[in-house]
Amino acid sequence: MRPLPSPSRNPYWRFLVAGFRGQSAYPLATFAGLVANATFGLLKGGIMGAAVESSGGELAGYSAATMAAFVWLGQGMLGSVNFWGGSDLQTRIKSGDVAVDFLRPVSVQAANVLTDVGKGLFALLPRGLPSVVIGVLVSSMALPPDATAYVLGLLSLLIGITVSHATVYAVATSGFWLVETRGVSVLYMAVSGFFAGLFTPIYLFPDWLLTLALLTPFPSMMQFPIDVLSGQVTGAAAAQHLGVQVVWLAVVLGVGHLTTRAGRRRLEVQGG
Amino acid sequence: MNVIKAEGLTRVFTGRPDRKNRLRRSRHVAVDHLDLSVEAGESVGYIGANGAGKSTTIKMLVGILVPTSGMVTTVGLHPLKQRRALARRIGVVFGQRSQLWWDLPVRESFSILSAIHGLSAADERTRTAELVDMLEMGEFLTTPVRQLSLGQRMRAEVAAALLHRPELLILDEPTIGLDVLSKQRLREFLVTQRREHGTTLLLTTHDMGDVERLCDRILVVDHGRLAFDGTLDGLARTVGARRELVVDLATATGDLVDLDGAEHVRSESGGLRQRLAFDPQRTTAARVLAAVSERAEVLDLSITEPDIEDVVREIYRATRR
Repeated sequence: MRPLPSPSRNPYWRFLVAGFRGQSAYPLATFAGLVANATFGLLKGGIMGAAVESSGGELAGYSAATMAAFVWLGQGMLGSVNFWGGSDLQTRIKSGDVAVDFLRPVSVQAANVLTDVGKGLFALLPRGLPSVVIGVLVSSMALPPDATAYVLGLLSLLIGITVSHATVYAVATSGFWLVETRGVSVLYMAVSGFFAGLFTPIYLFPDWLLTLALLTPFPSMMQFPIDVLSGQVTGAAAAQHLGVQVVWLAVVLGVGHLTTRAGRRRLEVQGG
Repeated sequence: MNVIKAEGLTRVFTGRPDRKNRLRRSRHVAVDHLDLSVEAGESVGYIGANGAGKSTTIKMLVGILVPTSGMVTTVGLHPLKQRRALARRIGVVFGQRSQLWWDLPVRESFSILSAIHGLSAADERTRTAELVDMLEMGEFLTTPVRQLSLGQRMRAEVAAALLHRPELLILDEPTIGLDVLSKQRLREFLVTQRREHGTTLLLTTHDMGDVERLCDRILVVDHGRLAFDGTLDGLARTVGARRELVVDLATATGDLVDLDGAEHVRSESGGLRQRLAFDPQRTTAARVLAAVSERAEVLDLSITEPDIEDVVREIYRATRR
C-alpha cells in the first residue's frame, strides 16, 4: 500500500493551519471578544428568555432551554463566522497586496477562504467553548441530545463557518471593480446578521420575511448550525439542514470563483 | 532562449469620467508599444523616473495586469492564461509588499511556500538550509515576520522568492530603505545566486549601486518607451556617469585645476572644500586623491555617486533632443 501523502505537503491544508495559528497570535483581542460575547449574551438571553416566558413558555417552537441554547451557541459562533463584512482580501485588493496572491501557483479563492476558515476554527477554542460554558452556568440551555446530534451539529457548524467566509470572499471580490468596498461591507453587516439569526431566531419573523431569509445563504451560517447543535431539529430534518447548507456553499463558492476570474482582468494594482 | 519577450506592449489607464462631459475620460499611456527581449542568464536593470512605466511593465510580465494591446511571454508562457504554470517558474519580490505570513515565524513562511511550490520535505530542508546560510538568516528564523527589521525582512523576502529555484527572478526596488551593509550583503548574494544557478535577473531600482554591481544590461524607460538599451559602459559613455570626490583641505587653496583624470567642479569656503569630478572608467578615486595630496594636505574626503535620477535625466535629455 502506498503511504498516504502527508497533509503538510498540501498547500491548502497549510493555508488552513496558517489561519488557525496566525489567529492565536492575538490572545488579548480574543479575550476582549469573549468578554463582549458574554456581555451581549447575558443581555440577549434576558430579553429572549422573557419573550418565551411571556408567551407561556413556548415561542415559535422554542422552550426556555432551547432559546438559551440559541442565544449561547450563537454568541459562541460570533468569533468564527463573519457578520461584519470586512476581510483580508478586501484590504489586500485596496492596498494592491493581492498581487502577491496571484503570483502563487494556487487558487486565490481557496487560499483566502481556507485561511479565514482556519481563523474561525481557532476562535472556537477561546471564544466558542467558553461561551457555551457560560451559557450552561447561567441558564438551563439545551445541549445536543445524543451523539448523532453532536456529529451532525459539528459538521453543520463547520459548513456554516465555511459558507460565511466563502460569502465574504465573494463580496470582497467586488473590490476588483470598486476598489473601495467599505460601503459594500456596511450593507453586508446590516443584512447578514439579521438574516442569519444573530438577533432573534429567524422563525420569529413574519412568513414573508422568513421566506426572504431562506432565499439567502445567511441562515446557513448560524441559524441552521444552532438548530442542529441544540437538537431543535433532528433526524431527516437535520440532514435537510445540512443539505441546504451544502447547496449554499456550492453557490457562494461558484460565485466567488467567477468573480475572481472576471475581476482579475480588471485588477489595477496601485502603486509600485 | 528568450526568457522575456514583449512586442508592442501597451497599457493605457483610463480615469473616471470627466465631471463636465461624461463621455470624456482621462487617458494615461503608461507603457507605449514597448519591445523587449531578455535572454536566459542575463541580468537586466530596468530604470526610469517615477511614473515612467517600470512597475506597469513588470505587472504585465507577471500576469497581474492585463495589457491594453501587444503581446508578452514570460519564460515562454502567457502570463494571464498560464498564471499558475508561470508562478512555478518565476520568483518576484516587490520591495513594498510582503509575501510572508505576518504573524508566523519566518521558518513557517518558508515551509508553507515550499508546500505551495510542491517541494518535497527533503528538498525543503536542503533548500531552506542553503538560503538561510547564504543570507545569514539563522538568528531570526523563529521570529514572527512582523518583528523583523527591514533588512532582515528583505533577506527573507528574497529567500522566499528563490525557494523553488525559479529561472527568472524579478526584483522591484529590492534595496529600497536598506542601509549600506544590508544592501551590500543582498547584492553579493544575488551575484552568487546568479553565478551558481544561472538565474535570469530583472530588477527595477532607484539605486545606482544596484545597477553597477548587479546588472550587465540596462534598460531606461521614459514615458513607457525604451530610451536606452545597452551596457553600463554604454550608459556611462552616453551620460558620463561621473563620481565626485569632495576634499576638505587644511588650508585655503586655489582651485585644483589640471589634475590628471579629474575635473574641478567648484570650490567652497574660499578653497577649503573642493569638488572634483572623475570618470571611474578611466581613473580611480585613489589616483585622484594622490594627485590632490601632492598639492595640498587633505583633512577629510567623501565620494558621491551619481544619482540614478541624474543618469535618467541625462538619458531623457539626450534621447528627447
